[in-house]
Amino acid sequence: MKFEEIRKQAQSRWQAIWNDQAPVILVGTATCGRAAGALEVLQAIKETVKKQNLNCLIYEVGCMGHCYAEPLIILRKPGFPSICYGHVSPVLAENLVTNLILNDDPSLEFVLGALEENDLVPSFSDFPRSKYEKRILLKNCGHINPEEIEHYIANGGYESLSKALRMKPVEIVSEVKRSKLRGLGGAGFPTGEKWDVCRHSEGEPKYLICNGDEGDPGAFMDRAILESDPHSVIEGMVIAGYAIGARHGYIYVRAEYPLAVQRVQNGLLQAKKYKFLGENVLGSDFSFDIKLFQGSGAFVCGEATALIASIEGKPGMPRHRPPRVAVQGLFGKPTILNNVKTLAYVPHIIKNGADWFLQTGTERSKGTAVFALAGKVVNTGLVEVPMGTTLRQLIFQVGGGITKGKRFKAVQIGGPSGGCLPESALDLPIDFDSLQESGAMMGSGGMVVLDEDDCMVEVARYFLDFTQKESCGKCTLCRLGTKQMLDILEDITKGHGKMEDLETLEELAEDIKQGSLCGLGRTAPNPVLTTLRYFREEYEAHIKEGRCPALMCQTLIAYYILPEKCARGCDACVGTCTVEAISTDKKRRIKVIDQEKCVKCNTCLAACPPQYDAVIKLSPPDKVPKAGFAPTLTLPHRGGGNP
Amino acid sequence: MSNEEAENKEKTRAILEGVGSKRENLIPILQKIQEELGYLPPYAMIEVARFLNIPEIDVYSVVTFYNQFRLTPPGKHSIRVCLGTACHVKGGHITLAAWQRRLKIGPGETSPDREFDLDTVACVGCCAMAPVTVVDKKVEAHANPTRVDGILLSYQLRKEQEEKENN
Repeated sequence: MKFEEIRKQAQSRWQAIWNDQAPVILVGTATCGRAAGALEVLQAIKETVKKQNLNCLIYEVGCMGHCYAEPLIILRKPGFPSICYGHVSPVLAENLVTNLILNDDPSLEFVLGALEENDLVPSFSDFPRSKYEKRILLKNCGHINPEEIEHYIANGGYESLSKALRMKPVEIVSEVKRSKLRGLGGAGFPTGEKWDVCRHSEGEPKYLICNGDEGDPGAFMDRAILESDPHSVIEGMVIAGYAIGARHGYIYVRAEYPLAVQRVQNGLLQAKKYKFLGENVLGSDFSFDIKLFQGSGAFVCGEATALIASIEGKPGMPRHRPPRVAVQGLFGKPTILNNVKTLAYVPHIIKNGADWFLQTGTERSKGTAVFALAGKVVNTGLVEVPMGTTLRQLIFQVGGGITKGKRFKAVQIGGPSGGCLPESALDLPIDFDSLQESGAMMGSGGMVVLDEDDCMVEVARYFLDFTQKESCGKCTLCRLGTKQMLDILEDITKGHGKMEDLETLEELAEDIKQGSLCGLGRTAPNPVLTTLRYFREEYEAHIKEGRCPALMCQTLIAYYILPEKCARGCDACVGTCTVEAISTDKKRRIKVIDQEKCVKCNTCLAACPPQYDAVIKLSPPDKVPKAGFAPTLTLPHRGGGNP
Repeated sequence: MSNEEAENKEKTRAILEGVGSKRENLIPILQKIQEELGYLPPYAMIEVARFLNIPEIDVYSVVTFYNQFRLTPPGKHSIRVCLGTACHVKGGHITLAAWQRRLKIGPGETSPDREFDLDTVACVGCCAMAPVTVVDKKVEAHANPTRVDGILLSYQLRKEQEEKENN
């Protein structure tokens, strides 16, 4: 079958779904949705449809990006807009479906938004955040069934491949070069130039590898794309393979992403069936196959040479460069290694041309950036914004600000290789270069927002702990230097730090940067350096006063129940305490924490009803008044309490 | 040779029969064996080394390099506490401490009754639901210490139910 026919067929089937009189139900079942219970919701919907004998179509979709409102479902009934509901439970799903489909009641109180503009309910494009968003890579995510290749084709998929095969490989490379597309895995190396080197390198066969080893803790963009729109990556790979003259491709996916693995596997089979892959792609002379390779849980394998070693069946240790992998890579042959998002961008650039791509972004960073917003931000989830958007716009306009009305403290960007930026850096435009200047880096797109309750020393310690464990051990300074830094940071968070430790940290950081072969070591000190640069007073409070200003370092805090606020009849903390450390004072009926038993698990603080708000944290721990004495210190006010 | 060992060796051989003996198949082979046996016993690694015609130490070095591979038998249920950044700032370490306290084992260990094994994972990419724990492949959202107790209780109830039915 010719591509035109395939496309027509797919489109007419897609139209039939949406124009049919039968209602359509979409359930978001990406990993984040499943974590929130999407599979149970799906099951409930299937049962309702069966019980009520409804004639409607149910299909699973990927991640819509609104992870804060998972599980999400979209109901579409002719005569109504396509309505998206958030925070759906199985019972609610049953009601929503019955109400809309049988009784024409759109249950307005549960609506999150509509997909298209209408007079009934606000649409997603009316959300303030939509002014800042620009969805190119995420366009299909959450709207098509990732297990149905026809859905992808009907939405313009594989058109670019068909177009690319009519172009000369060199034309594709120069188009990508002209678009100034930069590697979206974090380093930002110009993609077209890399391809050009590989094209001109000698050695056959050439390899193309898609790097889906998204190891940054706090990042899930690649996972979401692989789960929600796997064909966009596959199409990008085939085009890239054609452009550089590769014969074999690999998709390297982390083993921690079982759903992504399954969806990619399914996508590869379908693509093969439709002749987008395999021998003679779409009837041309070009043949290309893709193998799926599952990583085994090593952060360092995100590095190109380590990833290649891992595919070759060796421990993932980076090697010296040059020779660059574009010259000598997998099995010693020229190899191109691109990030998931970079490859997913390729079909868009081929379809719309480099000029279209150049319209978005800043002078030196073009296109859009996908971020995984997490941490203490209201609208956690996936966002795609044009390069050049400021961090402030992203966190406060798109992300909806900080949860629980707390104060913003810092944003951790770029994972263990990046840094923590303070309020003063919020007006920086997001692009590869300006973030680097501030001491952080763009990274692959993980963004964790921190508020006043997060201790920056502890965050630095956390990242060092991570890189120290993940260091492959090849370079001495990375292996031993990170361990020394970690020991120092651990001392500080436990109140055993010395002022001269701060200088030692800075010296070690410089040495590790200089003496490491790969990006892991060279960027490992960044979280420490940025926190030292922007939050030095927190380090000093730990060292000089044994006090954790954010009340996070467990050794330096104690939990305390304010006697004047504690409600005498309430037992919420006593019941929830996981180690039975809270007892009732017989005389006064107030609750008292046994500091010896307390494991500082925060459960009592979370359980104390907001109208009492009696549980507080104190630092240093010796601030806790001795039993039998009335507290004389001024205690921090948590607000909202009613003594 | 124990029964279990003979059985596992048989399973290992069956897996090896289906794959090519190229070095690059090493990691996929080990993944398959671990999926089948739950861990990588020494005799399985020796078997793999012979099959690929590489020194045993090469297999061992790969197994110990990657976090995914385990050298000890797993429990009936696996508990993986996510310690990604987002989970950490929302109390992932507190969740881990809660599991440790309840199961009385540390990360990388299996409980003496072989019911649970506990480990940490760098990030499962469910940062919006932090803190999370993956229990038997199911991602449990907002897993704070009380949720930990809830999950353990549900397993205990299910076990008691099963025992009742069996009697």
